[in-house]
Amino acid sequence: MNYEVQENCLTIYLPKELDHHNAERIRQKADLLIEKHHIKHIIFDFRDTGFMDSSGIGVIMGRYKIVCLLGGEVWAVHTNERMKKILTMSGVTKLVQIYEEERV
Amino acid sequence: MRNTNEMEMIFDSVSVNEGFVRVSVAAFLTQLNPTVEEVADVKTAVSEAVTNAIIHGYEGEVHKVIVRCRLEQEMFYVEIEDSGKGMADVQKAMEPLYTTKPELERSGMGFSFMEAFMDAVQVESTLGEGTLVKMCKHIGKEREIWTTQSL
Repeated sequence: MNYEVQENCLTIYLPKELDHHNAERIRQKADLLIEKHHIKHIIFDFRDTGFMDSSGIGVIMGRYKIVCLLGGEVWAVHTNERMKKILTMSGVTKLVQIYEEERV
Repeated sequence: MRNTNEMEMIFDSVSVNEGFVRVSVAAFLTQLNPTVEEVADVKTAVSEAVTNAIIHGYEGEVHKVIVRCRLEQEMFYVEIEDSGKGMADVQKAMEPLYTTKPELERSGMGFSFMEAFMDAVQVESTLGEGTLVKMCKHIGKEREIWTTQSL
């Protein structure tokens, strides 16, 4: 898993499969970076992710709770149709905005 | 009965097995020639049930989880069983967003996902004895039927 910090924005490149097993590690690492770099905005990058279950939703909701207190925002980028479906079904799209790239 | 097939897996309740189990179940399912969507649905539902067994059933202790799969014509049946602590109120547990472990950032969406992605979900649980989740899904109903049109 890779992380990128640009000023107060943290990008988390999610793994291929975002389940309970991986969620634990992402949570620990992300929270460490959020505190260390005074992160306000978070981008979850789904470019490699093909599987997610409710544990993934838990990770996103948890990080949202942290940054929303600081007035920050959470985005999801490079989501495929399946990921969009899971995010929408869970209702997390009310908190997290899905960034759609412009199609030429 | 013809066109039936069964398999059973018994594995330790450690999180690293979650991926292994859903991929194995998906591989077993391919015999029914499912769509990509159907495979994804089953994988998500199985992952939810197995995660529940590991986190809630055994609460981090290592014991055995049993997964049984059965194919019957176009029907896919799967059971996930643990001998963990069980649930007092299954109805309550199945409510969306209800979770007994908010401190672990459980979203409370597990059973909702199972119900959304499978045709039927049935839960039997006895406090102190364990939980059995039974799910089924009709495979192939979303597949388009190809007909050749004669000119």
